[in-house]
Amino acid sequence: MLRSEASRTVRERLAGLSIDALKQRAASANAEMYNLGITFTVYSDAKTIDRTLPFDVIPRILSGGEWQHIESGIVQRISAINLLLDDIYHQQNILRDGVIPSELVLGNRNYRPLMQGIDLPHKTYVNICGTDLVRDEQGTFLVLEDNARTPSGVSYVVENRHMMLRAFPDLLDEIGLRPIENYGAKLISALYEIAPAGVANPCVVLLSPGIYNSAYFEHVFLAREMGVPLVEGRDLLVEDDRVFMRTTGGLSPVDVIYRRIDDDYLDPEAFLRESMLGVPGLMRSYRAGNVALANAVGTGVADDKAVYAYMPRIIRYYLMQEPILQSVETHICREAGALRYTLDHLAELVVKPVGEAGGYGITVGPKSSRRELEECRAKLLADPANYISQPCIKLSVAPTLVDGHVEPRHVDLRPFAVTGSGTWVLPGGLTRVALRGGSLVVNSSQGGGSKDTWVVA
Amino acid sequence: MPDVLLARYAECIFWLARYVERAENLARILDVNETFSRDSRGGQNWRSIVQLNSDEDRFFATHERASGHSVVNFYVIDSDNPTSIVSAIRFARENARTLRPLISTEMWVQLNVFYNRLASLEAADLAPGNLAGLFASIKEACQTHTGITEGTFFRDQGWYFYQIGRYIERADQTTRLLDIKYHLLLPDISDVGSPVDVSQWNALLRSAAGYHAYRRLHAVSTTPARVAGFLLLNTAFPRSVHHCVREVGRLLAEVKSRYSLRRGNDAAEELDRLQVLLGTLDIETILRGGLHEFLDSIQGQLIAVTREISTAFFGYDPEASQMQTARSH
Repeated sequence: MLRSEASRTVRERLAGLSIDALKQRAASANAEMYNLGITFTVYSDAKTIDRTLPFDVIPRILSGGEWQHIESGIVQRISAINLLLDDIYHQQNILRDGVIPSELVLGNRNYRPLMQGIDLPHKTYVNICGTDLVRDEQGTFLVLEDNARTPSGVSYVVENRHMMLRAFPDLLDEIGLRPIENYGAKLISALYEIAPAGVANPCVVLLSPGIYNSAYFEHVFLAREMGVPLVEGRDLLVEDDRVFMRTTGGLSPVDVIYRRIDDDYLDPEAFLRESMLGVPGLMRSYRAGNVALANAVGTGVADDKAVYAYMPRIIRYYLMQEPILQSVETHICREAGALRYTLDHLAELVVKPVGEAGGYGITVGPKSSRRELEECRAKLLADPANYISQPCIKLSVAPTLVDGHVEPRHVDLRPFAVTGSGTWVLPGGLTRVALRGGSLVVNSSQGGGSKDTWVVA
Repeated sequence: MPDVLLARYAECIFWLARYVERAENLARILDVNETFSRDSRGGQNWRSIVQLNSDEDRFFATHERASGHSVVNFYVIDSDNPTSIVSAIRFARENARTLRPLISTEMWVQLNVFYNRLASLEAADLAPGNLAGLFASIKEACQTHTGITEGTFFRDQGWYFYQIGRYIERADQTTRLLDIKYHLLLPDISDVGSPVDVSQWNALLRSAAGYHAYRRLHAVSTTPARVAGFLLLNTAFPRSVHHCVREVGRLLAEVKSRYSLRRGNDAAEELDRLQVLLGTLDIETILRGGLHEFLDSIQGQLIAVTREISTAFFGYDPEASQMQTARSH
């Protein structure tokens, strides 16, 4: 466990609390979350079950120095991603220069030809990004994934902080905790910045799939923080390539949409025809420049696993800088040397197919049988271009209250960045924690919880 | 965008108010029936409650007879019964969940906690000795909701649609209460003026929280006609049909002019007619023409007003709206 100087004061103050006192405060914090309805919803039969995301009261602490490194690394990465998307959807220089194989981009299912040639304000495609970071055994932060589509979790960051401020006022004195209150204000400012030209007082709305979506609480939270209507597809319609919402007084124009619906479901005219969540004609209006969408359509091509492998090269190509945040070392098996290395070290590596999402088709070397490894070898040899390989990363741990005592548990970190004309990163981010001992899985659906992340001076 | 209200939000806030109002009225009726409606032999009539809500078919499909136990179960904790208190508060909470961007956090938390408490009630919590306390706490939770809303809800368009919903529901509930009780207590129209069991009429007034107000007006005599007149026509009693209709009319006119809403003229005219009717008729005339017929027509007019408001402001085909699930008849 890394024991930084930054966390010393908090550690000493926590040590002054008995385990029982800690447990009691944790219980009341969790009860409050339930009453506040800070829940994700599980539906079974006709019943609805609201679960809170388990919340661990021991904060995860980052020093000002550590944070500055992370922050500058994320700003750099998002700049590169936006330049990449603008290039892909315009001249495609990066493909012509052979930095990324064309078919990886143009054949990607998240590449949207409809976006070709559209000019976006400030050339910003990714307005909201939630980059997943992990820390390796040396204490180095590595980027695991760029979530550049509709990342979620920021509501937990702010609500966790509210909870901590109420439950542990005695930990906070003079530690220089960086505030996170202004996320909503920063977000709506960025959304104003991308409004169509010539709109004086843009009408911003948040588009949600509705109350049955498991992230509905977050949609509510963001709409409240920004003071904007939370709409569903059925509230909107397009007339003469302009978007309107249905109000008590009739149709009212909409200028900017923070959409929490995936590309595929956004507009049945343009994408999946059977989508009931979207707004027919939305893409016509978007292409005509009459409405702004955040994030832009087609950003999924940038946070793809295959493209991830090229991210260090992408950063060098556009910014002529070395990446500030390292990626997890990635072997691109379409390249002969990388393929040879992967085949030689199969038992130590994680092999991932590039086209898939959600963990499908992954072979974890150290946990695989001889037969599974041989199957993997055969697949690699048959279609090397479809695979990347990475070393197994052991996530770092943080002290966590488990069953009445404090134990180390694996954590990751998802900072949130907002980009309009420039990029702002919320200090800290969502620390997810694998509550089961030894587990590396931090997902809420699989026994994961969260912690407040404190950036201290 | 404080001047604009999403049509769907207007609909949700309207029904949120109605469902809470409905739960409160149902708690009142059950409470009074439990406590005050015993006849001279100590029996209680629970079947009338089932009739009040036009729920006979559904109730008797699953229950043999209308005992106190089965009726209270059906109307308090049966989540399969859409007209139960727990269902009403579930619908209210679902609307509140949709409305979270609009309503105050206090409003949401109170409804969320209230619903979770109701949903956790079990048959044992409905033992005879617990009922008075339970009904009191349900009424109080509904009134807490009303108070929190009054004290925290932003006074924009949503506030108007909230109040409109509340008053329409209250007017409707009062007509239903009066309709069933009146005819139960007074099986024959020739009984008008005959000695009646005063305690039953007092119970009727109590369930509408009108007992003391009525006493201030008519200290000595309790007659069926006066009680009916009071509940229908009194303009100072907050649960009378006349008062509620007047409020709806006033609120609708105000929201239309303040926010320049062009639609809703049909509803306004319907309300005007209803107000004129309630302002000019006296109770004797109403009774002569038939109270049940009169109450029926008022209910029909309130449904028409709801339909017109839905079409004008909620932007949906009323058949597809919450109106469909709101009433079983």
